[in-house]
Amino acid sequence: MLAHLPILQVIVPLMAAPACLILRRPQLVWMFTLLASALAFIISILLLQQVMQTGTISYELGGWSPPWGIEYRIDKLNAFIALIISGVSTVVLLAAQTSIEKEIPQDKHTLFYILYLLSLTGMLGIVTTGDAFNVFVFLEISSLSAYSLIALGRDRRALWASFQYLIMGTIGATFILIGIGLMYQMTGTLNMADLATRLPEVAETRTVTTAYVFFIVGVCLKLALFPLHLWLPNAYAHAPSIVTAFFAATSTKVAAYLLIRFTFSIFGVSFSFTTLPMETLFLGLGLLGIFVASTVAIYQDNIKHVFAYSSVAQIGYMIVGFSMSTNAGLSAMLLHVFNHALMKGALFLALGAVLYRVGSTQLRDFQGLGRQMPLTMPAIVLAGLSLIGVPLTVGFVSKWYLVVAAIEKGWWPVAGLVLLASLLAVVYVWRIVETAYFKAPVVGKELVQEAPMTFLIPVWILVSANVYFGIDTRISVDIATAAAQSLFGVVP
Amino acid sequence: MNLSLATLLQLCVLLPIFATLGIVALRRHQNLREAVSIGTSVLVFYAVVSIYLGLQGGATIDVNWLQILPGLSLSFSVEPLGMIFSLIASFLWFVTIVYAIGYMRGHNEDHQTRFYCCFAIAIGSVMGVAFADNLFTLFIFYEILTLSTYPLVTHAGTEAAKKGGRVYLGILLTTSIGFFLFAILGTWVIAGTLDFTQGGVFPAGANTAVLGFILVLFIFGIGKAAIMPFHRWLPAAMVAPTPVSALLHAVAVVKAGVFTVMKVCVLIFGIDLLSVLPTTQSLLYLAGATVLLASVIAMRQDNLKARLAYSTVGQLGYITIGALLASSMGVVGGSMHIAMHAFGKITLFFCAGAILVAVHKSKVSQLDGLGRRMPITMTAFFIASLGIIGIPPAGGTWSKWYLLMGTMDTQQWIILVILLISSLLNIAYLLPISMRAFLFKDPTSNAAVGIKEAPLPCLIAIGITTVGCIALFIYPQPLYELASSILQTSSIAHGQ
Repeated sequence: MLAHLPILQVIVPLMAAPACLILRRPQLVWMFTLLASALAFIISILLLQQVMQTGTISYELGGWSPPWGIEYRIDKLNAFIALIISGVSTVVLLAAQTSIEKEIPQDKHTLFYILYLLSLTGMLGIVTTGDAFNVFVFLEISSLSAYSLIALGRDRRALWASFQYLIMGTIGATFILIGIGLMYQMTGTLNMADLATRLPEVAETRTVTTAYVFFIVGVCLKLALFPLHLWLPNAYAHAPSIVTAFFAATSTKVAAYLLIRFTFSIFGVSFSFTTLPMETLFLGLGLLGIFVASTVAIYQDNIKHVFAYSSVAQIGYMIVGFSMSTNAGLSAMLLHVFNHALMKGALFLALGAVLYRVGSTQLRDFQGLGRQMPLTMPAIVLAGLSLIGVPLTVGFVSKWYLVVAAIEKGWWPVAGLVLLASLLAVVYVWRIVETAYFKAPVVGKELVQEAPMTFLIPVWILVSANVYFGIDTRISVDIATAAAQSLFGVVP
Repeated sequence: MNLSLATLLQLCVLLPIFATLGIVALRRHQNLREAVSIGTSVLVFYAVVSIYLGLQGGATIDVNWLQILPGLSLSFSVEPLGMIFSLIASFLWFVTIVYAIGYMRGHNEDHQTRFYCCFAIAIGSVMGVAFADNLFTLFIFYEILTLSTYPLVTHAGTEAAKKGGRVYLGILLTTSIGFFLFAILGTWVIAGTLDFTQGGVFPAGANTAVLGFILVLFIFGIGKAAIMPFHRWLPAAMVAPTPVSALLHAVAVVKAGVFTVMKVCVLIFGIDLLSVLPTTQSLLYLAGATVLLASVIAMRQDNLKARLAYSTVGQLGYITIGALLASSMGVVGGSMHIAMHAFGKITLFFCAGAILVAVHKSKVSQLDGLGRRMPITMTAFFIASLGIIGIPPAGGTWSKWYLLMGTMDTQQWIILVILLISSLLNIAYLLPISMRAFLFKDPTSNAAVGIKEAPLPCLIAIGITTVGCIALFIYPQPLYELASSILQTSSIAHGQ
């Protein structure tokens, strides 16, 4: 059983999806989905433990040995990412039944859970597989279910957002496919480990460079790296709240994983950063993304838009860490991947609670909410402080590592810019605080109640995680640095 | 009591924070709720005094809580400067609570539970700043202090309060995250440690240009020290209720700022290194300019609290100058001024609040003849003014004396002149207030009006701090000993 964990990680949610059709009753389906997701979470914990103790696990699918058969390969990096995805997915699901009650028509509830599980399958598949073509297959599974999930949003703008994402996502997927195709053409293999050993022989050719560029551009589209982020704000703002919380915390992380995997373990640092000017490119785009997206976030009136743009900015931070191509920079990036999942999961789930009670997430509807929702608003404030990077929250840990990495590399101005950019976050978080706590509710508007426990529990689990991992950083920092080290040490 | 000193030290930080639970639980019973605040403040002061006595006996304290990042832990220790700061803050917290009870009730303020909670958290974080063993711990409590005082500043909830709070939070967070944290990170990368160490942490061969840059980041980053141009938050924060202005903006917050400056100068750079850095001189002139400009601006303020706020900006400049002079006299003078200014300024704020509560006046020009109606308050105001100016019989005399000695020691003649001019300016903006009160006639009511003082708790508080001002003039010895042991300390501080 334990030996089959790598495939179970993907198979459990995949098999659970059609099983939902048999159950039918929404309440049952919800519990079943939750169970499947929790199982995936437990599996990822076990896998991570195993990897940290015994090193990389290779699993031969169907007993065919690689590079001919498909290989699932779990190392510290993808075990870590899988843990984030399945963990956030499980916590978010706790609130799902309550949240979709008001956002999605009753007859579509089963459909929602099926799509959710498929999307989860796709993401877990992308990170666990050791086969480049398999990556594309799972990418399509997760993307197609994502488009449909977003289209389930409350009003017709969701359709438009979903369509926008569909177009951009398909272009991205096509680019990724072209990249993989060119790699296959040059090396005759699709196995990642095999690719890593064979690519250096042909690294000087223009085809390989083209393959890399196609692949990276495709991934950056899925990552929503500025300026390829245009699909993200609307998709996040108009999707059902649960979907937004889940995607904001996980889907861009998967793309970040692909970026790291292909750049560091398959093409290699020397190819990506020495032959190609990736350092300047990523640093520039990362910084631009941070500043432009944070500034845009300040001027948004829909709070979901605010945090969606903030997500684009946070991706900028990750990319700045990535562009350093040092051990410290990569550790900082991975830490931020983990920490950002906690912050945004908490924030979007809390926004879901607001939407559930108030029916809107426009800034003006937050007036007086500090009094009316005395447990939800502090959660938003705390997660917001984490986003700013206040000490004793995870945001501070990320920022600390990122700035230390920048200074160690001698990039003093970058360090200063990163710190200054956190102040933009102060502005957009504080607009919410002021509105919620200092403005009286609009006269004549009905007062609302605190959100139900099914919301409060998962929200506060995530908020507590924001504080806990901000104080006790052993787990997150150890895993992130170990993963970064293994990327710089050996090929997976 | 058989609690170990280490336990006492942790209690200083934790007690106020746990007290919030009691305050919230007893929110329906006003008197019990205030009893929790007073009881906690007495206990904390008792703990600090016990630590002080223990240190006199030669003990050292080191407390390690937990390691947050590798090499960076939340840990506490005691050294003389922190001792001075914690003694003042804990004592004045007790006095302020007494005062606040009279003021808040006399003024019928809302949200008193929230007020006392935030107050307690703020004091807990001040204790954390005072006892921090490394810059990392200090920074964490410094930020908690900023965030916990924000609801106090915006207490009134009005548009003006919101605006003031925005400036307050904006400047303090901008400087602390943009510059202070940056400087800490730079220190960490260059020195490899953030522990406060006698003689500084930087390795001998470090590039002085980079270190000079880091010093600039530190001085600007510690926005609570209110060096121009980052002083705007202090006048903005005057929208807060008077007890808040008194404790937080004459004692806790601003003193946390200059205390940090002092600590950074003495225990991170070390005064030997400080004196050779290329930027020290210009920063010294900047602090001097702050002192002069703030005094001039103070003269033009008609609002009493605004005048006192700018006076604080100026006096903080004195302490920064003391730190940057990089001489033992400067350090002694600066540290003593932390105490002297605290007592003087808190008395002035208490008086301003008492005037507001009793006769509802907040402008200097309205105070004509007030000495007849509020004789106790205005006498206290007069004595405290003398303390700020630095003439006997108030404690400010000594600190300014040592600061002047420090400028002569290091031959900073320009700074010497600035300090002297500033003392004259202090006279020009403080004494006229007392003169109006005692010598002028109230133009509105020529009939003899009776005495109308503030509520009794306010008067008690004013009395205590005024006596404190005078006591520090007569018995400056213990304070001087603490201040002078900051530099030659190995027996009393840091247990390594």
